[in-house]
Amino acid sequence: MVSYRTPLGRARGLGSAKHGASHWVSERVSAIALVPLTIWAIYGVLRLAAGDYGFAVHWVQSPLNATLAVITLAISFWHMHAGLRVVVEDYIHKTLTKTALLLLNLFICGLAGALAIFSILKVALDAGIPVGA
Amino acid sequence: MVELVMPKNSRVQKGRHHPAPDGAKTVKTFKVYRYDPEGTENPRWDTYDVDVDACGPMVLDVLIHIKNTMDPGLAFRRSCREGVCGSCAMNIGGRNTLACTHGWSEVPGKDVQVSPLPSMPVLKDLIPDLTQFYAQYASIEPWLHTETPEPQKEWLQSPEDREKLDGLYECILCACCTTSCPSYWWNADKYLGPATLLQSYRWLIDSRDEATGERLDALEDPFKLYRCHTIMNCAQVCPKGLNPAKAIAEVKKMLVDRVV
Repeated sequence: MVSYRTPLGRARGLGSAKHGASHWVSERVSAIALVPLTIWAIYGVLRLAAGDYGFAVHWVQSPLNATLAVITLAISFWHMHAGLRVVVEDYIHKTLTKTALLLLNLFICGLAGALAIFSILKVALDAGIPVGA
Repeated sequence: MVELVMPKNSRVQKGRHHPAPDGAKTVKTFKVYRYDPEGTENPRWDTYDVDVDACGPMVLDVLIHIKNTMDPGLAFRRSCREGVCGSCAMNIGGRNTLACTHGWSEVPGKDVQVSPLPSMPVLKDLIPDLTQFYAQYASIEPWLHTETPEPQKEWLQSPEDREKLDGLYECILCACCTTSCPSYWWNADKYLGPATLLQSYRWLIDSRDEATGERLDALEDPFKLYRCHTIMNCAQVCPKGLNPAKAIAEVKKMLVDRVV
């Protein structure tokens, strides 16, 4: 089909979405937050690797460790979702495929993040697990 | 999702060979992209053994020499031959630049490969169709927007404010940067590209312009502006030594300034 749309009409397209700045800021803020959180997480994993199961449960039950772990996981999956979204938008142009992949990205990151956080909370809040078991 | 087969006409065939004239002392081989979209043949690489003692030092000198003495059918754009008009932008030795200011001896490798600016439709040989590029430039309304009644004489600007336009006003819209940008290759229909965004910033930072907010509104878009992932090809290839990536970063900073 021949399109008689003018070049300017095509260049303007649907116009500006008038958003994007907040997405850009949140990508950077989450990246900055993940620098200290990841260092803490590596330190935490090294400590856990050195201890036994009881020590691990005890460690996760500390309010500070539990809170930091939940924040690290939440921001990681948030950041992962934001990054993958840009990859899909960059390279996928067919509407159906793009929509499907964007939804898949959202659902998988959301599910994985929720599972990870729930697992931390389950250990952190379950006083029934005897220490040293 | 992914196109596994290359589109028709993207396979470039071996082309004709034009030998050097008898008695040529210094011969350099130029591999030039040839294509006529109205014909039925795929594009081809023609090779020209050029007697470089007979022509000037720039790639444009060689192309003109080829057209005058070896192959009058070769099509390319050129005008000022001194890096001011931007007409002869093309890909030389794998790098977008101006043929008129790029010496053929500067190109690394044995042969000098010359092809049109990447990612644009080809009208003929080395001539790309830049309609979309110019339309995108027009879409940012690259002129002074004011509501204050016009002053008796000119709109005044301090020397300090004028300095802010340095590194921006020099852009000649040759499209070297925009066509070197992978983000533009994938999303040319929506992403404005480095040249147009550098010009956007040129009007955003102009102290005389009164439409800064509207201009920022028009740019704040996941595709028009935020497809820039600071790949930096634009700054590397700009034949005028400008830095579109920095200008784009400044636009992003202005958008952050609005919200925090």
